[in-house]
Amino acid sequence: MSSVGWEHFHHDADIGVRGYGDTLGEAFEQVALAMMAVIIDPGDVQARCPVNIALRASEPDMLLFDWLNELVFVMAARNMVFGRFDVRVDESSLQLAATAWGEPVQRDRHAPAVEIKGVTLTELAVRRLDDGRWLAQCVVDV
Amino acid sequence: MGTVLRGLVPIGDCAWQLPKKGAMRVPGVLFASAELVQAMDAKVFEQMANVATLPGIVRASYAMPDAHWGYGFPIGGVAAFDAEEGVISAGGVGFDISCGVRLLHTGLPVSELRDVRERLADLLQARIPAGVGSRGRIRLSPSDMDAMLEGGARWAVDRGWGEREDLDHVEERGCMDGADPTAVSERAKQRQRDEMGTLGSGNHYLEVQRVQRIFDGAAAARFGLVQDEIVISIHCGSRGLGHQIGTDYLRRMALEAGRHGLQLPDRELACAPIRSVTGQAYLGAMRAGINCALANRQMLTHLVREVFAMLWPSAPLRVIYDVSHNTCKLERHEVDGEQRLLFVHRKGATRAWPPGHASLPEAYRDTGQPVLIGGTMGTASHVLVGAPGSEERAFASACHGAGRAMSRHAARKRWRGGEVRDGLAGRGILVRSPSLRGIAEEAPEAYKDVDAVVEAAERAGLARRVARLVPLICIKG
Repeated sequence: MSSVGWEHFHHDADIGVRGYGDTLGEAFEQVALAMMAVIIDPGDVQARCPVNIALRASEPDMLLFDWLNELVFVMAARNMVFGRFDVRVDESSLQLAATAWGEPVQRDRHAPAVEIKGVTLTELAVRRLDDGRWLAQCVVDV
Repeated sequence: MGTVLRGLVPIGDCAWQLPKKGAMRVPGVLFASAELVQAMDAKVFEQMANVATLPGIVRASYAMPDAHWGYGFPIGGVAAFDAEEGVISAGGVGFDISCGVRLLHTGLPVSELRDVRERLADLLQARIPAGVGSRGRIRLSPSDMDAMLEGGARWAVDRGWGEREDLDHVEERGCMDGADPTAVSERAKQRQRDEMGTLGSGNHYLEVQRVQRIFDGAAAARFGLVQDEIVISIHCGSRGLGHQIGTDYLRRMALEAGRHGLQLPDRELACAPIRSVTGQAYLGAMRAGINCALANRQMLTHLVREVFAMLWPSAPLRVIYDVSHNTCKLERHEVDGEQRLLFVHRKGATRAWPPGHASLPEAYRDTGQPVLIGGTMGTASHVLVGAPGSEERAFASACHGAGRAMSRHAARKRWRGGEVRDGLAGRGILVRSPSLRGIAEEAPEAYKDVDAVVEAAERAGLARRVARLVPLICIKG
């Protein structure tokens, strides 16, 4: 596979989301796309409304937990779905600055399958692979 | 008494012990048939053992016949903790606080549906907000929100969403004491503002069902279940509010665990001493989440009544019972001859009070508690009743559903939503959902055999079978 991408992985009751990237920011973009793909096809979303998100955490995996949960919250509170992400993470200070691009849910066009209740700590991992890429993953509860 | 199976020692009919080892403070006890044990993911046994290491756990770490791989706790897990020395776990309750099933009586024979089934399905779909992005009919102001979180179904009835008598047949009489709206974040409240009276998505549903078989005539008669009559099941929970409370406290407990000296084998077991500031705050917030779920099912009941009144003005739709399956409740249980106050976590497990229990409503005092086991679209649901002796087995608990046999991902690859819907229609089951993909992911074949689960619950002495229900109309999110 190319160096950047996302996939789903198995969990008995729910679903695992995983992203790869050459930078931590790219891996966070990809895992966010994997999470959106649980709900809709990200390709069906018009990236018309930007939402800015800034976070900071003490550990990389809690930063991932907070990042995905922030998206879950914004989706629920603003009734939106997203199709594109631009994420920068300072790997030393663990500060995240992101823009999520999306639009209000349109049930006919997006046909959302399921809503995400929350991001779990199960299989939560952010780590550098032997080939130098970053991996970011966890299980989400639907 | 039989041979050891997958490291489990048989201790009775459909009962197995996971012996204490390592840091386990108590053994694990699993209630299931050998066939169900064989089919279980090994993660269930690992998670049972992990729960057994938590401080203050009493008697055993239990798993029900429908147990499957969960988060921290297995889904189908039951664990009781000492009210002074024990812990309370956000992971042990889960994100969908007080998710549960409410069963409504109609008194209508199935033949009444003959000419109006499509119309009823359409009316229900139009009336019941379901699925991603659906909004409820009311928006709660901040003061309404706090009143709802303190009052539960009682609040909903006071606002005109139902009848006083409904509350007699809801756990906690419709209102969980000790709820603390100030322990619920603004974010959680913001997520709920427009979500009152909505069904949600995933495995949640509203079903019109036929009573297909009666197992226990006396209990069925008491509950009002008659062969070939229509009943209605509502399966949903505390919506965005509960999910956000779960998220907020999972994070807080995971970060504070070290400070409380808790050695967690899995971060998802995030918990806090029950007597700590965080433990008490979670307790107040979680109870507010229970009230949200009770209010939500009450409001959905009202919407169903509005629809039925259009077709059958004289059918009152009495509440048979309302039971939650993701909770932590303070209960009195006898342990080694001594009465103790325990915080009983039930994650994907229902309470199942035996006959005679003081908390039962008068109408069910001598039968035991109705235990409502949900199915999914094409599969059956069951009504059980708490069995005598259930308190000694697993602190009066029983299973809650079938559990998935296949992941959503695999289900989506195997089936198309349209085919599943048409296949069910061919079997006389009308499915209404805004999402074909959601239907594929919830395909009946993606779930385990619920009949085998309830049979094991009966053989294990957790609860006895009363009636089997099959779907006629299913409204999905």
